[in-house]
Amino acid sequence: MRRHLGLGVGVACLVLALAPVGVGFLWLPYDPVLPGPVRFAPPSLEHPMGTDWFGRDLLARVMVGGRASLAVALLAVALGGAAGTLLGGVAGYAGGFVEEVAMRISDALLAFPAVLAALLLGAVWGPGLPGVATALALFNVPFFARLTRAGFASLKRREFVIAARASGAGPGRLIFRHIVPNLASPLLVQATVSLGAALLAEASLSYLRLGVQPPFPAWGRMLREAQDSVPLSPWPAVFPGAILALTVLGLNLIGDGVRDLLDPTLRQSRRASTDVRSRT
Amino acid sequence: MLVHLLRRVGTAAFTLVLVSFLVFLAIHIVPGDPARVLVGPDAAAAEYAAARERLGLDTPWPIRFVRWLGGLARGDWGESLRYSRPARELVARGLTVTVPLAGLALALALAVALPLGLAAASSPGRWIDLATVGLVQVGTALPEFWLAILLVRLFAEGMGLLPAGGFPGWEAQAAWMHLVLPSIALALPRAAYLARMVRAAVADVLREDYVRTARAKGLAAWRVVGIHGLRNALLPVVTGAGLTFARLLAGAMVVENVFGLPGLGRLAVVAVEARDLPLAAALATVVAGAIVLVSLAVDLSYVVLDPRMRHP
Repeated sequence: MRRHLGLGVGVACLVLALAPVGVGFLWLPYDPVLPGPVRFAPPSLEHPMGTDWFGRDLLARVMVGGRASLAVALLAVALGGAAGTLLGGVAGYAGGFVEEVAMRISDALLAFPAVLAALLLGAVWGPGLPGVATALALFNVPFFARLTRAGFASLKRREFVIAARASGAGPGRLIFRHIVPNLASPLLVQATVSLGAALLAEASLSYLRLGVQPPFPAWGRMLREAQDSVPLSPWPAVFPGAILALTVLGLNLIGDGVRDLLDPTLRQSRRASTDVRSRT
Repeated sequence: MLVHLLRRVGTAAFTLVLVSFLVFLAIHIVPGDPARVLVGPDAAAAEYAAARERLGLDTPWPIRFVRWLGGLARGDWGESLRYSRPARELVARGLTVTVPLAGLALALALAVALPLGLAAASSPGRWIDLATVGLVQVGTALPEFWLAILLVRLFAEGMGLLPAGGFPGWEAQAAWMHLVLPSIALALPRAAYLARMVRAAVADVLREDYVRTARAKGLAAWRVVGIHGLRNALLPVVTGAGLTFARLLAGAMVVENVFGLPGLGRLAVVAVEARDLPLAAALATVVAGAIVLVSLAVDLSYVVLDPRMRHP
């Protein structure tokens, strides 16, 4: 039972954090953009999270603010994960010179934290979502590339792959029928953890006014707007950050829980080496 | 051994060239015309052509890349469009804030993570271990800049204990006080990550046969954990500190903007707002280059920390 505690708590955190965003597509308590009558109302039954500087309902803004953050993070992890898996797969399967070049590209990408890459692309393209999404995707490439390369390198020497090759399977069949399915679960775990990191980076960037542009709310930019009014009312600065942290916490717990579930040898604290790779 | 070291240094040098190529790629080849950005959309054709020539855009890109790389090596990093000063000078001044900030944060993070991780690993399953596991999960999920905003409320505006923002320059008295709150905000998530590394690494070591021998011969518990445990767990901990360095720098660049500190992060935001490509390129090259060099330093430190690496 205790084994699955982390996983259960993670799912609970994620549901608690994302339910408002999901409900927001069907119903919103107030208009998230139009100013309201009462400024800086504390949390109450009418306004569960209070109101901001313009009297806008914070719950409504948090419900809408998650959309862009989640969409950008999902897109970035999907694109970066696909590209990284491909790069690592080619490297691990080919070996030799190709592997060396591919892994140096991955190393070079690892030197660009998401925030740095987004600031560079923001200077070239101007602030906005395309730069942020590209930067986050590029940032994810090396994590998936390293994981896939290591998997390919060890799996291609395993008996069942050699047996398949001996019985005449071509490279396509070897890769997609025998190697990739065995990497699916570590890649899924990495994607979960990467999604949390992407959400944090996206929020930092939208805090720096690089992501979603006004008047649409985003968790990071809501914190920027709340910062100056913190002495008047802390709530606009508390709730968007808390929901963001709860989402990331849920994703991380699920990632760890699923990994323990799938690979009992990693259970307990024998995790030093895998931890190093999946998170920084 | 020497061959191994040289190979590692060579790899890092190649990665550095690739890093500068990626920066070059971002500002020169990716759609978006730097000459157009420089002269503005309504500039005359002649002015635009002059800007293209001045930026060297009329030569083929491999030649431009070699020139750019040569410029970097000579210390000619271009001139900031926004400040009309050499980008190198601006970045160097930014580093005098960002480096102490990141250093202070890393020291704080290690000061929290080492005792916490050791305590957790030496009593597995007890309350201190469970509390650490919980704190680690919560800590790694917290956005640094959110912590920063809340800390300002708590310690600067609430209690008036510490300066809430700005930086008076290093000449001013107690200038480092301005770095305390930002570095706490930065350090907390890193401390959580490192505590997890320490706990896992020490717990691994404590299961080794030589630790059981040390215990069996009656060595005090603190010596077993402190000397056998910590000493042998140092390698993964150094690896973790190196890997988290990138996140630390990126976090510092964001947190500087919460506190109005004149470091690299503030420069980067100015570079985006002013579309200042030379400044952005210089910043990106320095930060990414520092990350490559730190990862090299971590790998080289294994030779010092692990005698087995010296006699393979």
